[in-house]
Amino acid sequence: MTMINTIHGGMDETDLVKTEGVYEDDNERTTWVEYRLPGSDEIVHRSAHVGLKQVLADGLIAELN
Amino acid sequence: MANTQAMCTSFKADLLNGLHAFGTSVVRGATTADTFKAALYLASATINAATTAYSATNEVSGTGYTAGGVAVTFGTAPSTSGTSAIVTPSASIVYTTVTLTTSFDTVLLYNSTQSNKAVSVHTFGAQTITAGTLTLTMPTNAVSTALIEID
Repeated sequence: MTMINTIHGGMDETDLVKTEGVYEDDNERTTWVEYRLPGSDEIVHRSAHVGLKQVLADGLIAELN
Repeated sequence: MANTQAMCTSFKADLLNGLHAFGTSVVRGATTADTFKAALYLASATINAATTAYSATNEVSGTGYTAGGVAVTFGTAPSTSGTSAIVTPSASIVYTTVTLTTSFDTVLLYNSTQSNKAVSVHTFGAQTITAGTLTLTMPTNAVSTALIEID
């Protein structure tokens, strides 16, 4: 049994509807997970992992020439 | 032998280590490593290269989040590779058990020891967090991938 922290307190993962996603571009690689109650649109838990990348295009790198 | 005009690679790392002060008004607040923090900003904010210091304006707010953000761990000293100087936080930046319902898309790294002066701005796709954890993982600390690099 995996307990998920939600806005309603800890809930068993099997009692929730899980949605996951991945997004990647030049700045990041992000994965996220959402949980809802069955039959509900309300998100009761959402976490995200944002993998930062070095930004080359917008001047984050200081150029010292 | 021949001489070659260049900016010394060691100088770049020295900049990251705070060893040079060209301005006469520079006053360092500490002789040890500074403390750096990471603050999150709403997608509606304007945080960019012109940002000079941390501000609470348009910073996220919500359960479990403390204004100013969280500390950033730089466990590895700045280093050089080739002609570049690099440094990257040695641990992920984690906001544990927070609820941030208004979309945010930016983290500002700043020096909380030195008057909250800004270091770098990192944007990502807009996020919300609900009774969950936001983890910002760091890239590999190497040339072309390090989070902070002086070429």
